[in-house]
Amino acid sequence: MAAAKLRWGELEEDDGEDLDFLLPARQVIGPDVNGIKKVIDYKFDEEGNKVKITTTTRTRKLANARLTKRAVERRSWPKFGDAVHEDVGSRLTMVSTEEIVLERPKPLGAKAEESQAAGEPFQRGAVLMVCRTCGKKGDHWTSKCPYKDLAPPPEGFVDKPTASDASTAATGATKGSYVPPSMRAGADRTSGSDMRRRNDENSVRVTNLSEDTREPDLLELFRPFGAVSRVYVAIDQKTSMSRGFGFVNFVSREDAQRAINKLNGYGYDNLILRVEWATPRTT
Amino acid sequence: MRPILMKGHERPLTFLKYNNDGDLLFSCAKDHNPTVWFADNGERLGTYRGHNGAVWCCDVSRDSGRLITGSADQTVKLWNVQTGQQLFTFNFDSPARSVDFSVGDKLAVITSDPFMELTSAIHVKRIARDPADQTAESVLVLKGPQGRINRAVWGPLNRTIISGGEDAVIRIWDAETGKLLQESDKESGHKKTITSLVKSADGSHFLSGSLDKSARLWDTRTMTLIKTYVTERPVNAVAMSPLLDHVVLGGGQDASAVTTTDHRAGKFEAKFYDKILQEEIGGVKGHFGPINALAFNPDGKSFSSGGEDGYVRLHHFDQDYFNIKL
Repeated sequence: MAAAKLRWGELEEDDGEDLDFLLPARQVIGPDVNGIKKVIDYKFDEEGNKVKITTTTRTRKLANARLTKRAVERRSWPKFGDAVHEDVGSRLTMVSTEEIVLERPKPLGAKAEESQAAGEPFQRGAVLMVCRTCGKKGDHWTSKCPYKDLAPPPEGFVDKPTASDASTAATGATKGSYVPPSMRAGADRTSGSDMRRRNDENSVRVTNLSEDTREPDLLELFRPFGAVSRVYVAIDQKTSMSRGFGFVNFVSREDAQRAINKLNGYGYDNLILRVEWATPRTT
Repeated sequence: MRPILMKGHERPLTFLKYNNDGDLLFSCAKDHNPTVWFADNGERLGTYRGHNGAVWCCDVSRDSGRLITGSADQTVKLWNVQTGQQLFTFNFDSPARSVDFSVGDKLAVITSDPFMELTSAIHVKRIARDPADQTAESVLVLKGPQGRINRAVWGPLNRTIISGGEDAVIRIWDAETGKLLQESDKESGHKKTITSLVKSADGSHFLSGSLDKSARLWDTRTMTLIKTYVTERPVNAVAMSPLLDHVVLGGGQDASAVTTTDHRAGKFEAKFYDKILQEEIGGVKGHFGPINALAFNPDGKSFSSGGEDGYVRLHHFDQDYFNIKL
């Protein structure tokens, strides 16, 4: 293969000048043992000065391509079949623009440590690195999980009050109402459930709010009954309008109960509020 | 490494085969034209026109003079490698799935699919030196296994035929008498369809890939399970490096499910495993669909993969591949 290839270093420059015969003959030195070859050329530049050009090239054997005689012969076989009249522009064979590497599953030498960490999670602080998607310890962070795209939607979404809303629907077995996947029977509910419990403490749901009502208004309304830890008004993400319901968390349960007693059915901004416990009372 | 992409086929690839010198690469696809490429730069040398159905398998004689292809058009054809000329056509009553030349290229083993009430079968044909003397008669016909026989290859000294297929059992047959000599047992054998089977360079052991997401290495003579390589996707194709103790598994989720999931979930890389330690060495990404075919250059310095995406990707290894240590 190497023999068939034209080396650019050996290509003669053909500048078509008629004064060329005035110049000294081209000199070729080498190639020597290291494959270094010197070619000394003379030519005229634009101003008519004689210029000596020394080109040093190194010829290297191409990756010791050992080819059998047969293979070399095959190289010159004429094309046949569909390859005969192949469009020049068809570009059937392309070199990938992307550099592909042999991707190691883990960095070199990390293997032993990894298996150790899996067996004894309290070693080397690996316990901190627990993937919430696949549950693997010490291998990667959740964001780097190879199964990320297979994971259920993130917790932040589940945490929204609508979800707890729907859980009442699910437990109440009302047919036909939407139940988010995370709340369906058999869904993995372990993750994030403790977080919700904290938020659901003394949570009061306010519905039939007017669209103008914002969280400060709600706080103003509920503040007189006692210490409020959280106020939330559901805002539609697309229209950024109030969806007409909100949640208020009280520090103490009694305050929340008093607020419910007082404000349920209370006229607020031309609408009659409906105020109730956000979660169904457990027993 | 920068792989060379060869887009000669319009349909998913089914099989890849290097010739003995490693300078030609033959590719079969579900379009009807097997193609031959130069294995160094990926230039197309020619196509073999004449089949009328998906081409499932091919094999090339040791002197790179003859090509045999098995197709779903119920024929197996012999070709002149150099000119692309058809030399002979074997007609079957069902699609031909696998073809393999024996050592010496005097015999060929061909498997035919079950079709209508026909059961699958393994046929042994004599290959004449002169195509004019070629006859269509079978020397031997083996029947028995249920379902498709996806691959049948010759054992050492052409004494045996090794077959594997949909019934997940690997069988070794006597190539003379047609007697069943050995079969893989339930415990050590595959659990699902065997999709590919490849012999080592010296024929002492062979590797089988299966949809049960594993590949297994077997001793050819004793039919003992040597190694198991477990992966997380169905294995469609396997290859063994003739140079290093590496095996490559290719596969991916079922082609019908590809569009319904993220491409990252498909696991379309070719996975390299250490043959002895059974540890994963690494993965080579690139295909947009499952890998259906894998082949190693006989010099072990390059390999090619063919995917459901219709591309053949030819990879010449970088120098650091040869220095990989686990």
